[in-house]
Amino acid sequence: MKCQQCDKSAVFHITELEEGDVREVHLCEDHARGYLTQSEGEGGEEGKESPTVGGMLAGPLSIAKTAEDLSAIDQKACTMCGITFFEFRNNGRLGCPHDYVQFEKELEPLISNIHGATEHVGRTPPSFPDGTEFLTAAVGKRREMKEAIECEEYEKAGSLRDDLRAIDEAARGISLSQGQRPQTLPAAPSAEAPANDQGTGGAADAEPGEAGNATSP
Amino acid sequence: MDHQDALDGEEHVKIDSLTNAVGEWLKGTGPESDIVMSSRVRLARNVAHFPFVSRATEQERGEVEEFLRGQLAQSPAGKQLEYLNVGQLHEVDRLFLVERQLISREHAEAEGARGVAIDAGEQVSLMINEEDHLRIQCMHSGLDLTGAWDQIRHVDDALEAVVPYAFHRRWGYLTACPTNVGTGIRVSVMLHLPALVITRQIDKVFRSLHKISLAVRGLYGEGSQALGDFYQISNQTTLGKTEEELVGQVSDVVPVLIEYERRARDFLVRESQLNIHDQVSRAIGILRTAQTISAEETMQHLSRVRMGVLLGLISDVTISDINVLLVRTQPAHLQKLRGMELDSSDRNIERARYLRQHFENGEGDASNAN
Repeated sequence: MKCQQCDKSAVFHITELEEGDVREVHLCEDHARGYLTQSEGEGGEEGKESPTVGGMLAGPLSIAKTAEDLSAIDQKACTMCGITFFEFRNNGRLGCPHDYVQFEKELEPLISNIHGATEHVGRTPPSFPDGTEFLTAAVGKRREMKEAIECEEYEKAGSLRDDLRAIDEAARGISLSQGQRPQTLPAAPSAEAPANDQGTGGAADAEPGEAGNATSP
Repeated sequence: MDHQDALDGEEHVKIDSLTNAVGEWLKGTGPESDIVMSSRVRLARNVAHFPFVSRATEQERGEVEEFLRGQLAQSPAGKQLEYLNVGQLHEVDRLFLVERQLISREHAEAEGARGVAIDAGEQVSLMINEEDHLRIQCMHSGLDLTGAWDQIRHVDDALEAVVPYAFHRRWGYLTACPTNVGTGIRVSVMLHLPALVITRQIDKVFRSLHKISLAVRGLYGEGSQALGDFYQISNQTTLGKTEEELVGQVSDVVPVLIEYERRARDFLVRESQLNIHDQVSRAIGILRTAQTISAEETMQHLSRVRMGVLLGLISDVTISDINVLLVRTQPAHLQKLRGMELDSSDRNIERARYLRQHFENGEGDASNAN
């Protein structure tokens, strides 16, 4: 692909996210440098312009990052919902709550650029002050169950169904079952764990739209 | 053709009752309501055990809608709300809810299972399966962000007792778009700033607002042009500050804008009263006599008339009248009031008829009344 401002090859592929609108920018290294410097200047001393995903690249994905580096990041996928970072960059919307854990490193500079902060200091849910990762595990389990059924692995599917029921019950009865959930529910996977550790059979390779549509039968 | 045939009976009655009502926020009774039309606070929330809406399958969206509707029905907050299945509504009725600012345009145009729960005074609305699973909104008349925040906080607390909101210790409430993460709060005021527009100071004001991280939009939200000198000011960031700080960020700046607008109005009255009186009189003249008129032109003239009322140049018309006309002359409202579908040119004729009827009793120039 050519740079949008000259005939050189575009090596920087930037997705600008401005108040919900998505705009793609493809630039060669020279023009990218100017573009990103300009973006930083706008947000400089007197205040910030609209937050942009492009702005995120100005920080951690420094000018020295190559197309290959960006491509590797783009291929990272969520072990729960299966969305790739590339898909997020394209449509500006994340796939599930676990993406904030899975893509934490990639999102941190973006969020810092948008909000000028990287820590929540507002209200906290009384039932889940430490977070709801263990409930989000259901997103991956639905996908796994669908795959198990397709592969006719009914024992596995049944076990996943039981896990999903437990999560669903916890979700419906949150005011009644406080303090019991982490013990009674399967632990949520860590962001760094490979997909196969979750028994997803390679959720990272899943096609978009394949995200689980099966729940407790 | 009467489109309402397409509706099931229950939804039909709910929409009809809204058509004939006037939302609290339109009444023009709140503090500073000569300049501040409305104060709005919204919270973005997601259910922890489902993918976000854009990633969810049709079945999952259906399950989220069913789950939230069920939990809402169990909650004390939900018992005071009327639920509308947006997916089953006719296009005109969905647009009607947009014009009433009870749902977003995106929610109206989306596909799949989705709904909205609304309170009788139209102050509270909860959209299910918009960009996030849940968008809670609270809207008050005039400058009352604290009141709107207090109300929405209680609704949120009540729902949080029965819905596991997606939450992360570091990132806060997790949202589909990172621009909303953290508190998930958007605090906004709708301002009527005709004098700043006429005196060409509006761009300068907006540049100043951008510098303190506040966003400016037109009357109907994202991406729209400001029509009739109505502007929405809102916070851009949602993380790293408490909800109260973010409410304060917007509410602190509004009195300054009110002061600028008042000064500009005083200046206009002092320096060019004849010119302003002429503009206001022409505006009401067109609204009183036009045979066909677009929504955009109507809004421009109603904006001038609204300013005329506030400057004492027009009698017998109230701010509340103008606020209601601003909404009822929108395309879907006209069709609902008329009880039939109308194409664009028929709507322009119907709009002109509706306005003539409203102004026919000689409401108008204050100098005539003296």
